[in-house]
Amino acid sequence: MAAYIIRRVLIMLLLLLLLTLIVFVLFSLLPADVARLTCGKICTDQTIELNRIRLGLDKSVFEQYWLFLSALFVGRTYGIGDGAIVCEAPCLGWSFTKSEPVLELILQRLPTTIFLALGAFVLFLVGGVLLGVYSALKRGGWQDRTITSVALIGYSLPSFFFGLVVIYFVIIRWQVLPFPQYEHPWDDPVQFLQTMILPWLVLAILYAAFYTRLTRSQMLETLGEDYIRTARAKGLPERTVIRKHALRAGLTPIVTAAGLDLAGLLGGAIILEAVFSLPGLGGLAISSVVNPDQAILVGITLVTATFIIVANLIVDILYAVIDPRVRVA
Amino acid sequence: MGGEAVSSVDVSAPEPGVDVEAAEREIAGRSLTQIAWSRLRRDRTFIISSIVLIVILLLALLAPLITSLLGVDPYSLDKEAIDEAGGKPVGPWGGASVEHPLGVEWGTGRDILARLLYGLRVSLLIAFSATVLVVVLGTLFGIISGYSRGWVDGFLGRFMDLILAFPFLLIIIALSGSLTQRLTDLGIPEGNASRITYLILVLGIFGWPYLARIVRGEVLSLREREFVESAVSLGASTPRILFREILPNLWAPILVYATLLLPVYVAVEAVLSFLGVGVLPPEPSFGAMLADSVQYFTLIPSYLFIPGTLLVIVVVAFNLLGDSVRDALDPKAAHR
Repeated sequence: MAAYIIRRVLIMLLLLLLLTLIVFVLFSLLPADVARLTCGKICTDQTIELNRIRLGLDKSVFEQYWLFLSALFVGRTYGIGDGAIVCEAPCLGWSFTKSEPVLELILQRLPTTIFLALGAFVLFLVGGVLLGVYSALKRGGWQDRTITSVALIGYSLPSFFFGLVVIYFVIIRWQVLPFPQYEHPWDDPVQFLQTMILPWLVLAILYAAFYTRLTRSQMLETLGEDYIRTARAKGLPERTVIRKHALRAGLTPIVTAAGLDLAGLLGGAIILEAVFSLPGLGGLAISSVVNPDQAILVGITLVTATFIIVANLIVDILYAVIDPRVRVA
Repeated sequence: MGGEAVSSVDVSAPEPGVDVEAAEREIAGRSLTQIAWSRLRRDRTFIISSIVLIVILLLALLAPLITSLLGVDPYSLDKEAIDEAGGKPVGPWGGASVEHPLGVEWGTGRDILARLLYGLRVSLLIAFSATVLVVVLGTLFGIISGYSRGWVDGFLGRFMDLILAFPFLLIIIALSGSLTQRLTDLGIPEGNASRITYLILVLGIFGWPYLARIVRGEVLSLREREFVESAVSLGASTPRILFREILPNLWAPILVYATLLLPVYVAVEAVLSFLGVGVLPPEPSFGAMLADSVQYFTLIPSYLFIPGTLLVIVVVAFNLLGDSVRDALDPKAAHR
């Protein structure tokens, strides 16, 4: 088991390195004049040239990549002399539009995104799996048909439209909740909950639909297996049969999907952040497109891609825990 | 090949008591396509969703005709329909009237119905083109990867892993500004032509690995079948085997995947336009209409609900259609 994990971690590190290279080259190939974008309307040709040299844009792509990569470990100084900007390790780049290290900007926004992602994750995983099991047990009955058709609609709803409809009814028409105004939970827990409850529920309903469908089909498949009959025949209570035998066997695809969905959400539930005006990573990405800031975009892309790769690793390791046959492969 | 032998024994030895002739006629006479069709013809969901989709396709295709018959137009400004001072549409329901059946836009007086129909065209154009691109790339690389095995397969597999590791929506947003600019530099007209081309290309380029994996899996089992072996022993060239022998056996999973991908791309286009990185006004699109609605939906809820409902209808209809086709083509599914 230890050897398996070590091998997987090494592959992951290699993949991450490759990813930084691709992201870097991808963004470097773009025609945008990054130096011109660093100072907005107040640009003079002099500042542009200065920033070009500061950013190392006069060097080749691979030299730039090396500077970028080494900055992660030893930090980096942009420019020389009095006007130099020091970005301490780990340095993910420097945002000239916001005059702050990119990592700092990302870390400021990350808590909001994590709260949004984790809250919704717990809700949709628990809700989706429970509904799926219930639906499978009542197969063909009205409960099953209701759950399946509601799940299909939930699965098809475009998230931003659903979010807007919820805002329209809950906040504007019925005035159950105030307008969303994000505060960190340690500053104002009530305000935090009031703001987050709707995006959590919206995400939960959208994602739970998928898990309901998945769990239902998994359960239906395993419930037909011989060992379920055996378990029932030897007199195990139905609860134990469902929980320990049927659900566990059908768990692997659910774990895969859940791991990737959590990573995707951490990468910014961009759409709902925009709809509910939450100051998370997604909002930062969009604002960096509207007021172009390449350093931030590179940083966010790398951070979120890292989430996805790490989630993949965790999913693979969980696989090996759930199903010992995987370790051989 | 062991599996083949077993299944042929099963077919030729029906259970006692079954009418042997009738059973054989049944087995001999029906290809997968025929089975699928007979299932689909009895599937109410399939019939309803295809009728809805045909109507929607006709609305999109005939949009110029319909709008000119109704005397409306998606771009022209109607100062008569809006209040001079604030730009608020005159009358209830966003200024709904005989001239403008679904009302007009705030501030500009552009006709909502016409914009909706043209928005449908843009949305379907992007979704269909991107899906075609995914199907072409995914099938091509899937077949190559599955048939070649060895280092080509290994390389393509890792390459797909890498593409799949990218946060899809984020990368589309992040690259939109500069890549659209690059397309304009390449000679595609500036503005929405470049933006639409960008969306199609990026959706296609980041979408194909999923399909390629499905195709690869199918090819891995197909290449061990007798008909491929016999083609190889007859001296058929590799491209001939790939595209004349193997490809025709792949259409079922590809069709299912494509039908389920279309609604995803319709929704993604709407989302991107909503976030302001997709199609921009004055070109009409669902996403942009919904983004605009945010400012006014307290006063005029129809701005939110009309484009939103149409969007949901399109997406749900495609999803239901895809589900039906998948069930009908699934050899394991019970006859219903």
